[in-house]
Amino acid sequence: MEWLYVLMPIAGVKIFWPGLIILGVGVGIIGGFFGMGGAWMVTPGLNILGFPMAFAIGTDIAHMAGKSLISTMRHGKFGNVDYALGIVMLVGTVVGFEVGAQMVMWLERIGQVDKYVRYIYLVLLAFIAWMVFSDVAKKKRKEREAARAGVKLEALATGLEWHKAIHRIKIPPMVHFKVAQIYVSFWMPVLVSFATGWLAGILGIGGGLIRMPALIYFIGCPTHVAVGTDLFEVMISGLYGTATYTYKGRTELVAAIIMLIGAAVGAQIGTVATKYIKGYGIRIAFGLAVVGCAVSIIFKLLAKKFPAYGTIFDNAATVLILGLVAAMSIYIFVRMVQGAKQEIAAKKAAAKAAAAS
Amino acid sequence: MKMKKLLTKITGLAALIFVLAPELALAAAAKAERMVIVADTRKFKGWEAWWTNLYNESHFYFTLLTVIIIPVVGFIFGCLADLIMGRIGIDLKSRELAEH
Repeated sequence: MEWLYVLMPIAGVKIFWPGLIILGVGVGIIGGFFGMGGAWMVTPGLNILGFPMAFAIGTDIAHMAGKSLISTMRHGKFGNVDYALGIVMLVGTVVGFEVGAQMVMWLERIGQVDKYVRYIYLVLLAFIAWMVFSDVAKKKRKEREAARAGVKLEALATGLEWHKAIHRIKIPPMVHFKVAQIYVSFWMPVLVSFATGWLAGILGIGGGLIRMPALIYFIGCPTHVAVGTDLFEVMISGLYGTATYTYKGRTELVAAIIMLIGAAVGAQIGTVATKYIKGYGIRIAFGLAVVGCAVSIIFKLLAKKFPAYGTIFDNAATVLILGLVAAMSIYIFVRMVQGAKQEIAAKKAAAKAAAAS
Repeated sequence: MKMKKLLTKITGLAALIFVLAPELALAAAAKAERMVIVADTRKFKGWEAWWTNLYNESHFYFTLLTVIIIPVVGFIFGCLADLIMGRIGIDLKSRELAEH
């Protein structure tokens, strides 16, 4: 079974390559569907496959850049990417990320930064999950009220409408982002992306997990456009991260390319699935993924608090994350297949009807 | 036109950040441990040996090549996967934008 292993030229370890492809498929599906890089899923996966931690992060970021490019290409064809908004937000993201990264270095000198970072991460995830599920509850209430009044809610109607308050701030220049269908002060997306970039810099994550909901709830993007635009940003920031980590000698390109084979397939599945799932379907699944991520961080904190049970809690966190990736990937894949089947059947029926008439 | 001008300015600004602030750019990776890793070239032949040698000799060129290879490979794989998906028979160019 030696052929199932490939020797990594830089890291010098033998890795089970089908595992890399499977990981790529899973993360490709989830990344293409939710619009994020998914470093929080890949790093523990690479570690399990035997990657030294020193190479896991850099390799993950390199693969993330390529995978996001594949997803952005597909989302772009669907009309889900607002490139102008993505570029505007990129400025805030880069500056915010660097401020956050510098701040962490300053905090490191004070000490105990790791513990506080995990707590901040946990609070942030709890806030995102609360935001998503209170939005869903509010939207359902609106639907019930509309049904009682005998009217139907608009296709793009949402529960939480915080973005409307932000849109009322008219600091010039005002910009119309056509794909996202929003008219907003130029400074608002810059400010929001600065805040999300700053948080990502402090937490040491890519930021898709924060930026995607921020695009929905603060900027007012439709869910599908938020997913596509965020992937565009992940692609550019991923390349930037690849450069920084590779320069430090922490990227295993061979592994990243093997993962990309799986990610190319996964990204197509995840992206096409967004065609068959409405915005709130994506939001609810995203909320559940955030809850899973938060629980895994609780396990990590418990491992530090109770060192005697450290291994058990650490393993539980990894199993939870990988189980979540598997479950979500299967769900998204099934929905994509069902949607494609229905579309093909409808096309055939329409062709038959046209031929009969 | 105004929008176009604004976008050109923003793109220029973004490029400036990348070009003029390499110190800032590298700060993101500063959290990585400061140790020197050397790849063992003795185990490899051909392109693998060349690749590991490049890693040992110049991280700059190694980075440059990695940053070029990743999007190129991503683009090629994306196009291939696109071709395969196109054969399924579904519409891959439009979707209904709806929240519920």
